[in-house]
Amino acid sequence: MLETLREMLSYPFMQRAMIAGLLLSLCAALLGVILVLKNLSMVGDGLSHVAFGAMAVALVCNMAPLGLAVPVVLVTAFLLMRLQNGARLRGDAAVAILSTGALAVGVMAISVVPGVNVDLNGYLFGSVLAMRGADVWAAIALSAVVLVLFVLFYPRIFAVTFDADFARASGIRAETYTMLCAALTAVTVVVGMRLMGAMLISSLLIFPAVTSMRLFRSFRAVTISAAAVSALCFLAGITISYVCATPAGASIVCAHIVVFLFFTVAAAVAARRRK
Amino acid sequence: MSLITCENLALSYEGRCVLQGVNFSLAGGEYLCIVGENGSGKSTLMKALLSLKSPDRGEIRFGDGLRRTEIGYLPQNSAIRRDFPANVGEIVLSGCQNTLGSRLFYGAAARRRARQTMEKLGIAHLSRRPWRELSGGQQQRVLLCRALCATRRLLLLDEPAAGLDPVVTAELYALIREANREGLTVIMVSHDMQGALRDATHVLHLAGHQVYFGPAEEYARQDAVGCFCGGCANA
Repeated sequence: MLETLREMLSYPFMQRAMIAGLLLSLCAALLGVILVLKNLSMVGDGLSHVAFGAMAVALVCNMAPLGLAVPVVLVTAFLLMRLQNGARLRGDAAVAILSTGALAVGVMAISVVPGVNVDLNGYLFGSVLAMRGADVWAAIALSAVVLVLFVLFYPRIFAVTFDADFARASGIRAETYTMLCAALTAVTVVVGMRLMGAMLISSLLIFPAVTSMRLFRSFRAVTISAAAVSALCFLAGITISYVCATPAGASIVCAHIVVFLFFTVAAAVAARRRK
Repeated sequence: MSLITCENLALSYEGRCVLQGVNFSLAGGEYLCIVGENGSGKSTLMKALLSLKSPDRGEIRFGDGLRRTEIGYLPQNSAIRRDFPANVGEIVLSGCQNTLGSRLFYGAAARRRARQTMEKLGIAHLSRRPWRELSGGQQQRVLLCRALCATRRLLLLDEPAAGLDPVVTAELYALIREANREGLTVIMVSHDMQGALRDATHVLHLAGHQVYFGPAEEYARQDAVGCFCGGCANA
């Protein structure tokens, strides 16, 4: 077992995937706690589809994939957050329209233009091989920003997430925090989708928070647990993917399913014991 | 000197005018009860008093050195997720967020204030209990505690008794009365006319416009002869 792990970590591409993936998992877990509690779980999913569409268009037009995807996804994130505040189009309907629409545009772009030979599978379901040096640096920078902001602004983040109106009445600029959260989520999705795939990246945002909420009841405990669960599932998933030669993204999500079920059972047992 | 003054105030909700012609002023230590049917503009007025909404016309003035962020607010219960993972201590402490200023974390003074307020409202023993495991009455008590942490001057309550049984409602009103006696100015939106009018010094009756503003006894007298339920309110 140890021998396998050592062998796995000796490959440069695995080292890159491990570092970037672990940091992205932590970012996604923390941002996910906010998204889930603000009923924005589907936003991550919508953004990942838009990121896929933007990447596909960029490839066809011979542009830098990240150069197009990051701004497009950022703008989408801001628009979606605006829509949540009760406009003509309901938030969840808007997400559904955007995500399927962007996916269709991406697939059309790749199919219609001749001579573009893209690994569609890799974009949709991710690949460890896709993580290059630039992705690792992006992940390091992003996670540094998210972790520092989350720790420093923890009291304000709790206040805005628990009751945005009260926070605004207390003089906290709640919109700024929501928009910042949207922007960081957008970047996390774009950087993470190379590894996890457009279809699966949103699970990194949602699973750790939902899993932790099964068992833990305070904001602090849920936050810490989400980070820990996310890191653990990433390490387990990527090891499984190496050993069994399965796609990394799907393996990580499967690890999350197992931990979710475990937490659910543990919560039921704890509840029974209390009675 | 009045603590809060509304002058010819008009407010809209989603582009539709829901309230106009509101004129009242309240001095420190008074207890105002805002009554009216659903959709009469009560909650919209509340949002404007909290500076969450800007008036279409007219203005809201704060006097006596009261700052806009020095207001304690108890929202409608439905405004907060029932399964939010937070314990009582975390929620009450977040009432001190207007004292953060440029600091990043709560200081010893904020923690002390949170603890003392919890003791005063008799919920200190709940401080580690999760929000979702509290009864409706306990949740309102926690939100009142958070509001009291936020203010020493003005308390705004939006339907604090909604969904509570009579005993728990009476306990909650007693706590609010106590806060008012200690010098806090109270503005409460309520459906519960009888309960609310017992403690209020003033009443503001809304129906898309201002039907009545004045002392509570005078309101009770006029109400008894059917002024506000029948014709003359619309006249």
